[in-house]
Amino acid sequence: MMLFNIAIKNLFGAKLRTSLNVFVTSVSLFLVIFVSGMYDGMRKHAKNITIETEIAGGTYWHPEYDPMDPRTFEYSHSVMPTKIKRLIDQKYAFGVLVSQASIYPNGRIMPAIMKGITPGQTIVNIPTDVLEQDDDITIPVLIGSEMAKNSNLKIGDSFTIRWLDADRTYDADEGTIVHIMETENFKLDQGHIWIPLSKAQSMLALENQATYVTYAKGLDVIQDTGDWIHHDVDYMIRDMEALIKADEPGAQVMYSILLALAAMGIFNAQILSIFRRGKEIGTLMALGMTRSRVVALFTLEGALNALLASAMALILFGPILFYFGENGIPLPIDYAEMGILVAKKLVPVYSLSLIISTMVLISIIVLIVSYIPSRKISRMKPTDALRGKAAV
Amino acid sequence: MSTKNVIEIKNLVKQFSVGEGYFTALQSVDLSLAEGEFVGLVGPSGSGKTTLLNIIGGLDSATHGSVNVLDKSIEKTSHNERAEIRRKNMGFIFQSYNLLPVYTVYENVELPLILNNVEKTDRVKKVTQAIEWVGLQDKINSKPAQMSGGECQRTAIARAIVHEPALLLADEPTANLDAENSHNIMKILSKLNTEMSTSFVFATHDEKIMGYLKRIIHLEDGRILNDKKISIPKFS
Repeated sequence: MMLFNIAIKNLFGAKLRTSLNVFVTSVSLFLVIFVSGMYDGMRKHAKNITIETEIAGGTYWHPEYDPMDPRTFEYSHSVMPTKIKRLIDQKYAFGVLVSQASIYPNGRIMPAIMKGITPGQTIVNIPTDVLEQDDDITIPVLIGSEMAKNSNLKIGDSFTIRWLDADRTYDADEGTIVHIMETENFKLDQGHIWIPLSKAQSMLALENQATYVTYAKGLDVIQDTGDWIHHDVDYMIRDMEALIKADEPGAQVMYSILLALAAMGIFNAQILSIFRRGKEIGTLMALGMTRSRVVALFTLEGALNALLASAMALILFGPILFYFGENGIPLPIDYAEMGILVAKKLVPVYSLSLIISTMVLISIIVLIVSYIPSRKISRMKPTDALRGKAAV
Repeated sequence: MSTKNVIEIKNLVKQFSVGEGYFTALQSVDLSLAEGEFVGLVGPSGSGKTTLLNIIGGLDSATHGSVNVLDKSIEKTSHNERAEIRRKNMGFIFQSYNLLPVYTVYENVELPLILNNVEKTDRVKKVTQAIEWVGLQDKINSKPAQMSGGECQRTAIARAIVHEPALLLADEPTANLDAENSHNIMKILSKLNTEMSTSFVFATHDEKIMGYLKRIIHLEDGRILNDKKISIPKFS
């Protein structure tokens, strides 16, 4: 208790020194949590985007469908199994009919993946309500901003769409851009045109047919789906999970580097502060404080420093962490152009384990850098310490 | 009535290693100090007076010889035991005051009592009394940076005497002070010596304070040249 009282007196007596040490420690704490949170956020956000814009609760696929192989699109469609159709009727799911097409924007020819989707669905985050049929438009088309850029199409522009129907006949008609969506999921954007499902079914002569069905979150899996295959969220994001898993050592290395940088900052501030107090340590020893008590006092001051730093980080930087955690940080570059599924803004994710482990590790660093120099000084002859001969 | 010796030194030798050789700071020093003495170790720089003071205070150790302070053999005690002797029985006054810069006068003076686990009510009483002795009542909440050198040294004196030690060691206590402040400090110390049973040992080469000393031990090149008792000090 006596040491605690002296430590408190030392900390609050030396306002400037304490403020600087606490500030350096709290900035380190903030930076480690913030940057690691950004990194985690970057990895997790990509997964979340995919779920929000593509997968929702899960999907049922036609058995022939392979999204990685466009040659399968021609065969991967059928009338939906009754139970799945019932989900669609109840608006718990929507169907998508996938086919290959060619588009002719501004006289150029471009291959495209044409997807018919239920207009007005609210299960995934795609603005399909814009596809509600307008009688003046033959084929209303929704595209992403990247696709718009590549094809030089704007809202209101019309262009020819050519496709191969079920009778193996090439047909063509005029599509009109009704909306250009901003999506963080480049897989919905690049090379894609979205049209109303019923329109796609009639264009392809595939009435009531679909390639896959996406259902809302929280629904039970239907067992009797004929030959259609159920894929849950885990299956759909398995590649992304594998990527995140493969990146874990990298994340740990980055965390260690951040921690090491923070440790260096704390080490400098703390070492300098303690070695400057060599004369004070000598005086305490002359007044009869034992070596072990000197070390305990300075280590206790370090512990209190870490505690104050945690409180300061919470008060000063907590709102900043919270703000960015809620609103994200806009990225200066659109990584989607490079085919990388990275959000247009990064939303840091601060897990409890990240916060606790960082606080514990920073506290341990502070304790070590308080313990080592004070132990070194306390082992000096008191006469040398009194003369301020302590040196790093 | 016989007086108890607080310090008994026999054949004390202190050597410091310098490069591959060594420097002898004290050689064959024999010294006895009785309770309540007011002694000055005087001599030029490098004569060994501060080294002797440090060895008496257990801040440094002897190379050879025996040093008994307050009936305890310093060379046979551990670091912790020496710390305990200093904490309970000794007071130190340093040339550069060595006050803790972030503490007020009150807190600096209170520190030895905290280290000795004195109860709060006793602490308040003793600290107030010590501050009164040195006449710093109006500076009780000041910090060292806000005070003059004389006031800082008076604070250091209050800190050295607050726990009523048996032995007070002062290393060049007036070296950083002007003549007026030096005399004030010595008057305070002289008065405390008269009123308390504390023994005072000064290491000094300041001529101004010689007139207060009741015993002067001249050191030169680590040896005692002469040891003179003064029956009536000039400024008594």
